[in-house]
Amino acid sequence: MPKRKERVDRGIKARSEDIFALSSPREMLYLLLPRAIPVIGLLGLGPFLTPYWQEIFISTAVYALLALSWDMLVSVGLLSLGQSLFYGIGSYVAGSLNHYFGISVLFTIPLATILGGLLSTIVLLPVSRLRGIYFAMVTLVLPLMFSRLVEATRILGGTEGLTGLSPFPNKWVAYYLIQVVLLAVLFGFRRIMASDYGLVIRAINDNDRSVMSAGINIHWHKAQVLFLAAAVGSFAGAFGTHYDMFAGMPGFALDYSIMPIAAAVVGGTGSFAGPLVGAFILVPLSEILRALGALRIVFYGLFLVVFVVALPEGIFHYMQRKYHQFERWVEIE
Amino acid sequence: MFLGSLVYGFINSALLALIAVGFNLTFGISGVANFAYGAIYIFSGFLTWIFLHSLGLNYLLCIAASVFAAALVGMAMYYTIILRVKGMPLSEVMATFGLGLAIMELFRYFDFVGFRYTLPVFLDGSFPIGEVWVDYQRIFIALIAVALTGFLYFFTHHTKMGLAFRAIAQDERTALTFGIESDRIGAFSMAFGSALAAVAAIVILPLGTIAVEGGYEVLINALAVCIVGGLGSTVGVLVASVLIGYAQTFTANYLEPHWMMLVSLAAIAIILAVKPSGLFGKQKELEERI
Repeated sequence: MPKRKERVDRGIKARSEDIFALSSPREMLYLLLPRAIPVIGLLGLGPFLTPYWQEIFISTAVYALLALSWDMLVSVGLLSLGQSLFYGIGSYVAGSLNHYFGISVLFTIPLATILGGLLSTIVLLPVSRLRGIYFAMVTLVLPLMFSRLVEATRILGGTEGLTGLSPFPNKWVAYYLIQVVLLAVLFGFRRIMASDYGLVIRAINDNDRSVMSAGINIHWHKAQVLFLAAAVGSFAGAFGTHYDMFAGMPGFALDYSIMPIAAAVVGGTGSFAGPLVGAFILVPLSEILRALGALRIVFYGLFLVVFVVALPEGIFHYMQRKYHQFERWVEIE
Repeated sequence: MFLGSLVYGFINSALLALIAVGFNLTFGISGVANFAYGAIYIFSGFLTWIFLHSLGLNYLLCIAASVFAAALVGMAMYYTIILRVKGMPLSEVMATFGLGLAIMELFRYFDFVGFRYTLPVFLDGSFPIGEVWVDYQRIFIALIAVALTGFLYFFTHHTKMGLAFRAIAQDERTALTFGIESDRIGAFSMAFGSALAAVAAIVILPLGTIAVEGGYEVLINALAVCIVGGLGSTVGVLVASVLIGYAQTFTANYLEPHWMMLVSLAAIAIILAVKPSGLFGKQKELEERI
């Protein structure tokens, strides 16, 4: 007798969906557990990590922020192949504020987040009307163009970059700053997408013309999403530049473009938790594989291909399904 | 200097056309933006080098073998990757981009870096045009670009497969009713595009060394030419390569070579902001932007 697999929501999922979540500790725990894992994992683990792993967690968080920003852009239908644009702009803004004006880290990072976000939005605004591969092409080109521009005009330190920037007061400030921001962005973006505003954003991705015909200004919405994503990316750049005490052309490097995309695709797009999961799988993996050198990018590329082609839903959606549903084989009638 | 710029500008235009024509062919027919194009270019360059230096084959045989290999890779890519994500442009872009990266960085990992990775020129020596001396390889580039364009015109207008290519490009469903298999044609278009990338690599690479970074530059140049000319339009490719070719050469000669790459990047950014379908694009305006 042929059988098929049937997926049914767990009872506890249905019970914990509404006010009934408060009916017993078990339901509350069911809701709380998935949300507590990243919080405890990122904040609580900190003191127990060796310095080496702390550094890995910091660089993972930087990539995870870029991946979250990528996911935000994709949810409005803009495929970016150049997250390094945001990283590079953020890093140069923070770097030059610190290098030329001597502003302390305390102010350069928030300033670079806002200014970098605005700057990237202004740069991308003329092309935000493009769809699909056209936007992808522009974003692929822009970081390259900026690094060539820096090389050709020799502004902002040229190929040497800006060195000797102020570091963070101590490593705990750096560690907790990036992890808290990562969690804030993760839950903030999820909250945004769960609201009516997020509904509009997803609708723009699904069918922009019908959103227009509903009398909603999609370009204004796209600009806002662009700013959100760019500000998050610029924060990552500003943080990274102070952490490395260096701002330069490597900020526009391909690493910062391909890695977030790979992380988001491996983890699963559209959920924001997926990119986080993906980043925490790929970056530590690549640290373990550090001895392989250039082969790491080969792995990212292959991961990207395999997940796009074979497992487009990603790891997070698989985990989510296992958590919320059970499966059973039923006979086909 | 002016005459020199004029001559070298023409050669540069031919070079760009040669680079872009394969990318354009694939996109025009199957609608797949092959972001692994630069990787295939580099792949065939290195493959020719390996055939030539490690196996010691005849140069002509090497060329034929690597063009054939590139075509096979293109076809395999279509059947294993593109076919599964067909119709989802974002997935197509990500998959081809990822694969291209993997191929290029694999060569970097195996240490294919350095000045010894060069292909021999077809014919040594140079030739005067007016008072400008041009080496034979650059003349070959111009000639092959012209010949290839002519061949492609003949192929798409007077052979059965070429007509099938155009049929799929114009209207896939109608073509299906005439018994033209769109998947097969898509695979062939990918194979053809890759083979053209290989031809471009073998003709152009003797001018310098084969470097992994070259792959990114080729992709950017191909994108620049195709976007400015209009994706999928052959006339557009020719016009755009002349425009960008001369613009690049004049900037390199009168400003600084540093600015040369910036020309194609700026051209992409400007044309996409102003007229995304390109100068001769056949795409409907609404399909690419809103």
